[in-house]
Amino acid sequence: MNKTRASGRTVGGLRTLSLQAPAVTLLLLWMVIPLGMTLWFSFQRYNLLMPGMTGFAGLENYQYLFSDPALWAAMGNTLQLVGWVLAITVVGGTLLAVLFQQEFAGRGIARVLAISPFFVMPTVSALVWKNMMMHPSNGVLSWVAETFGFQAVDWFSSLPLTSIVIIVAWQWLPFALLILLTAMQSLDEDQVEAARMDGAGPVAIFFFITLPHLKRAISVVIMIEMIFLLTIFAEIFVTTSGGPGLATTNLAYLIYIRALLDFDVGTASAGGVIAIILANIVAIFLVRMVAKNLED
Amino acid sequence: MTTSRNKPDEAAALSLTDQEAMATGNRPPSWLASAGTKKFGITVLGWTVALLIFFPIFWMVLTGFKTEAAAIADPSLIFSPTLESYQAVHDRTGYARFAINSVVVAFGSTLLALLIAIPSAYSMAFLPTKRTKGTLLWMLSTKMLPPVGVLVPIYLLFRDVGLLDTRTGLIIVYTLMNLPIVVWMLYTFFKDMPKDILEAGRMDGASTFQEVFFLLLPLTLPGIASTGLLSVILSWNEAFWSLNLTSSNAAPLTAYIASFSSPEGLFWAKLSAASTMAIAPILVFGWLTQKQMVRGLTFGAVK
Amino acid sequence: MATLQLKQITKSFDDTHVIKGIDLEVNDKEFVVFVGPSGCGKSTLMRMIAGLESATSGDILIDGQRMNDVAPADRGLAMVFQSYALYPHMTVEDNMGFSMRLAKVPKEQRRQKVLEAAKILQLEPLLDRKPKALSGGQRQRVAIGRAIVRNPSIFLFDEPLSNLDAALRVQMRIELARLHEELDATMIYVTHDQIEAMTMADKIVVLQDGVVEQMGSPMELYHHPRNRFVAGFIGSPKMNFLDVELDEASPEGVRIRLPGGDACTVPVDGRDLAADARLELGIRPEHLQLDDQGPLSGEIQVLERLGGQTSLYVQMGELMVTIMADGDVAHRVHDRVRFGFEPVRAHLFDSDAMALPSLHQHPLAGLTRQDHRQATESSGL
Repeated sequence: MNKTRASGRTVGGLRTLSLQAPAVTLLLLWMVIPLGMTLWFSFQRYNLLMPGMTGFAGLENYQYLFSDPALWAAMGNTLQLVGWVLAITVVGGTLLAVLFQQEFAGRGIARVLAISPFFVMPTVSALVWKNMMMHPSNGVLSWVAETFGFQAVDWFSSLPLTSIVIIVAWQWLPFALLILLTAMQSLDEDQVEAARMDGAGPVAIFFFITLPHLKRAISVVIMIEMIFLLTIFAEIFVTTSGGPGLATTNLAYLIYIRALLDFDVGTASAGGVIAIILANIVAIFLVRMVAKNLED
Repeated sequence: MTTSRNKPDEAAALSLTDQEAMATGNRPPSWLASAGTKKFGITVLGWTVALLIFFPIFWMVLTGFKTEAAAIADPSLIFSPTLESYQAVHDRTGYARFAINSVVVAFGSTLLALLIAIPSAYSMAFLPTKRTKGTLLWMLSTKMLPPVGVLVPIYLLFRDVGLLDTRTGLIIVYTLMNLPIVVWMLYTFFKDMPKDILEAGRMDGASTFQEVFFLLLPLTLPGIASTGLLSVILSWNEAFWSLNLTSSNAAPLTAYIASFSSPEGLFWAKLSAASTMAIAPILVFGWLTQKQMVRGLTFGAVK
Repeated sequence: MATLQLKQITKSFDDTHVIKGIDLEVNDKEFVVFVGPSGCGKSTLMRMIAGLESATSGDILIDGQRMNDVAPADRGLAMVFQSYALYPHMTVEDNMGFSMRLAKVPKEQRRQKVLEAAKILQLEPLLDRKPKALSGGQRQRVAIGRAIVRNPSIFLFDEPLSNLDAALRVQMRIELARLHEELDATMIYVTHDQIEAMTMADKIVVLQDGVVEQMGSPMELYHHPRNRFVAGFIGSPKMNFLDVELDEASPEGVRIRLPGGDACTVPVDGRDLAADARLELGIRPEHLQLDDQGPLSGEIQVLERLGGQTSLYVQMGELMVTIMADGDVAHRVHDRVRFGFEPVRAHLFDSDAMALPSLHQHPLAGLTRQDHRQATESSGL
């Protein structure tokens, strides 16, 4: 005991190990076991409804999945969903961050109101939008449209994916705002004033000072949102259940259908592997960025 | 917090314009008027945007106080408020049971995660080795594994060991789900703590345990609290595992609210009342910890 | 009684050697200052003495006992940190009493000891405050108080004044010197500020790159620096260095040729000099004198008048030379001036940057502050 105490951090190796062991072991199990199983299942013939049919399937599951038009539809939907939500939240978030950075009366409260949707559980926000906002006859949006003499839109039947995009964007816009606003506050006020002395107007300041300063935060927002948006599930589950047809089925929802509705473990696992690969492509960049930040 | 930080600047700016106004004589310069209009414009714009974004929540809260009939009638701000939906949600759907599930699961998983994470974060912050950075990053990378990718094995494993539709099962999943973020946040809070203070404690004769108990924990309590709150928020709002791993016994509020999605009958007032109750505490937590949330959600990549 | 000995102490972090074998002796009641540029290893050395860092090799002895494997709290030391490291959630009293609380000293006794220390440091009215409610100087005193309470045989100070403003620093310097006398304890003090070292130390240890460049009394270091580094580091403004040519070297003196062409004999031992040795002449600004007959000359570039003194920055060819002159010099910028020096004040450095041994030991070089003290005591009798 005396030895470790006196020589402090150098003998720390063993102590470090024992202190970190629980967290590391648990996370390792949490990662390796399911990952290994997913990978294993994806090469197996395994359907819970057909207990007799088991065995090694090779690439059969992948072949089946890739020849399934549902996969391509789901991939397309996933991409559209991610793309549109990202575009809306990043552009909107940046503009909102600039707006809420200005001094105005009650700014603190306004900020709090604007970031609130992020703390609303996904099932609540989806149902509130589906029913009270977007309902074709009783929703607020249709009422507004009719009041101004427009045709009410039946959101979930005529524009299903757009509706999902709106709901998800509403949830994630505050996230982008929150992060970018924080990043904005680290902008050196002197820099802005120096630019003003150099004759820069508000627009020039935004493009030459603010935006470059936010670059890093924006990329973090993009990557983190991507990881979460790739596997949006609850919003679809409670509104459209992937429909009509496959119109709002994304990759996550497709895997859910295959696994827990069709009980086709093999194919679902193959889908899971694809989802993991997609997420990892993004994750690599994010981890690299975080690692760089750890240096300083 | 930020507003208060900006206050002195504002005051300085004000006094400056005062001085200038005095220096230039009786009339304030012309640009002052346009600045005033600009400020008014920003105020209006800021509030309009904030209220628009907040509107669905506001509307939901309002609808919760309406009768079912009023809820589906044309939108109106004028109605006679009633608590009958709250009453109905409470009496007929057994809201309390789901709420208890949510509380148990969210706080249980948070406590567990904190217990596991504190020693780990302590050693990373104060006894760093060459591997520390790698371990941290690896922990983060596990957070990036899409849950849907491991849905099948987790579902089957849980089915086989009887954890499906149990609170224990959800607690395990949520603990592991939040562990990387909790370790990370604690690590950054511990790292911010001046090392000198712990060393002074050692010079004063504190053992490792006393160091942690008398110095580290009291001094990082705000950080630990906000880490815990973030973990509670994330667990409370989690809707992938709760929808897939629970059905009736252990279903938390996310799953309970989802049950309102069935098309038969539109119970908007009841949905709104239940939703309001489900999100109110978390909304408050979120408002309280927004600053620290950024740290946790971006893994410190944005300061 | 508290003495400290370091024997061949080294410290490496992975592959970087921070401390490269240091031998050092600290006598009882001595005030020793470790000084050196940042990164020289002075803080690491102190932290090893404290026990916060382990020594890679070598022995640390306190009162003759090997302490390498003894916990920091059991070494009989107390340390004052650069950041003060006060416990922010405890009152001043609890801060000062924390070590006794850990040692399970009864509350009454604790309070009494804290009060004693508080009295020495005039902290009594502040005992119930938290560190946040104190000024920088007060925090500093609490940190010292926390050390005093432990009744250590050796006090360690890690750059304790660097967070204070200039005026307060001077005041605390005086207070620390007074405290040293009052407590009659051994003190080790780390700083990068040579003025602090000069004013407070009995013995200065100049460190660079993990080795001791020189060890000695302030006056010894000032008048007889062992090498060019110590010569440049001790003294403010910095010593001037001029390249000179060797004319003739002998054990009784070295004749050199100054940049202007004049010859001059410096009273240093030149017996080991090679005939073609490259020499550098070092003269402190305060030892250069304006003199119309002086052998050196240049053009004044900048004049800094401090009232009592004037600093002249004189361009001499490629070189800028600093001269400390009287406050009343009437020169102006761009004037050409001639100046000279007493050869006995000059230092000569050989091509290895080592000083040639001076033939005249300065009369005050052996003097320490402790001698002062003894002198005043005896005169009082």
